[in-house]
Amino acid sequence: MRHLLDTKTLSRAQALRILDVAEDMRDTQTREVRKLPTLRGKTVVNLFFEDSTRTRISFEAAAKRLSADVINFSAKGSSVSKGESLQDTAQTLQAMGADAVVIRHGASGAPQILATSGWISAGVVNAGDGTHEHPTQALLDAFTIRKRLFGDDSRGRDLAGTHVTIVGDVLHSRVARSNVWLLTTLGARVTLVAPPTLVPQDVSAWPVEVRFDLDEAIAAAPDAMMMLRIQLERMGAAYFPTEREYSRRWGLDARRLDALPAGSIVLHPGPMNRGLEISADAADSPRSTVLEQVANGVSVRMAALYLLLAGERTEANAEEYAR
Amino acid sequence: MSSADIARASTRISHEILESNKGPDGLVLLGIPTRGVTLADRIGALIAEFSGVSVPVGALDVTMYRDDLHRNPTRTPHPTQIPAGGVDGKTVVLVDDVLFSGRSIRAALDALGDIGRPAAVRLAILVDRGHRELPIRPDFVGKNLPSARNERVNVRLSAVDGVDEVTIG
Repeated sequence: MRHLLDTKTLSRAQALRILDVAEDMRDTQTREVRKLPTLRGKTVVNLFFEDSTRTRISFEAAAKRLSADVINFSAKGSSVSKGESLQDTAQTLQAMGADAVVIRHGASGAPQILATSGWISAGVVNAGDGTHEHPTQALLDAFTIRKRLFGDDSRGRDLAGTHVTIVGDVLHSRVARSNVWLLTTLGARVTLVAPPTLVPQDVSAWPVEVRFDLDEAIAAAPDAMMMLRIQLERMGAAYFPTEREYSRRWGLDARRLDALPAGSIVLHPGPMNRGLEISADAADSPRSTVLEQVANGVSVRMAALYLLLAGERTEANAEEYAR
Repeated sequence: MSSADIARASTRISHEILESNKGPDGLVLLGIPTRGVTLADRIGALIAEFSGVSVPVGALDVTMYRDDLHRNPTRTPHPTQIPAGGVDGKTVVLVDDVLFSGRSIRAALDALGDIGRPAAVRLAILVDRGHRELPIRPDFVGKNLPSARNERVNVRLSAVDGVDEVTIG
């Protein structure tokens, strides 16, 4: 794997390989010494142009557990706030010898530009770009669903026959987009539920079913409910009348939680707006996988960095090389 | 080596392990994927047969500890399974199919060090083909097979390949 930019172009085999390596990474995290020497001498730069706590910390933990050196770069307090361009920033990192760049950017497509511009030779991992994609989040969601469904038998399995319902602000959500592509690649059926104002215009081209009523969607008995965060910082216009109305019609409250079929799980990418899209009852219930998602996120990012950095860095890498 | 040769070598290694350990107490067998795991399972079954006590058998993947990762295309790791009793204070016998440069064993020792602190670590090998690059030697050897450096030693085992044989190609 040269870069990890999106899940739309990720094949089923590639996705399963990342998830299976993540299983091995997860196993190493139960050892007495959790640090692996695998990426000793490699440098991973976290290039964050947008605020993020958990994704940056998760990537930092993943890189450090693989013994890579980590340089954190956030746009605030850097030369970017003095007007430095992405090209100059990237070339500076190249000159410092970065082996991988984990980038979060407000503009959709920024990681793609970084990967294809020729400014840097490092591997690029997309950690969220605008309203485009957030591939590692989708991978950790798929990993979490697989783990809850199949337990120790997860290795090598896809999500065929699984029904996942994604609820909330799909319009602004890169997490929803990445999940739609990845989950359908893995064989799952995806339903989107949102107020009509928060459904993207191009949704007819997506391999999903769209509903506007959450209770009907719950009656369809999904295996997993993914509640998206209402991104108040991106709500320039009024997409719904009041937060209270949103919460009443599209929030996962105790009543709706009880209506879910036995065994179905509740995911949330975090950070949660408790009382808005998800109630405390749902967030703290045994169905909730929020904390597992955080733990699995480190394993999945370790897998992505391993597959990106451990092997010989040539374009012609044989992907399916096995011992 | 034919199927019968492999069976005889495994039997002898099992006896030698029991003899040097003075019985099955405190033994843990860890196979190195892929074929080392199959061999460890076999030796574990033989030791249980000879001593009447079943010994814990597991798998130890060394991929993430290798020193040649960046010289090869990305390797896919294999699962590591440490038996429930762990390795602390135990006599761990590492089991692999072929001993060549010794670098896999070096990686295995590093991996083992991250899991716990065994009382002793031994090495059981089906085929020792020489050409060591590190000061590592096996304690139990199925067969010494002198080979040229550029030759390939192929070990096939029924659980993985459907047939038991060792060939040089």
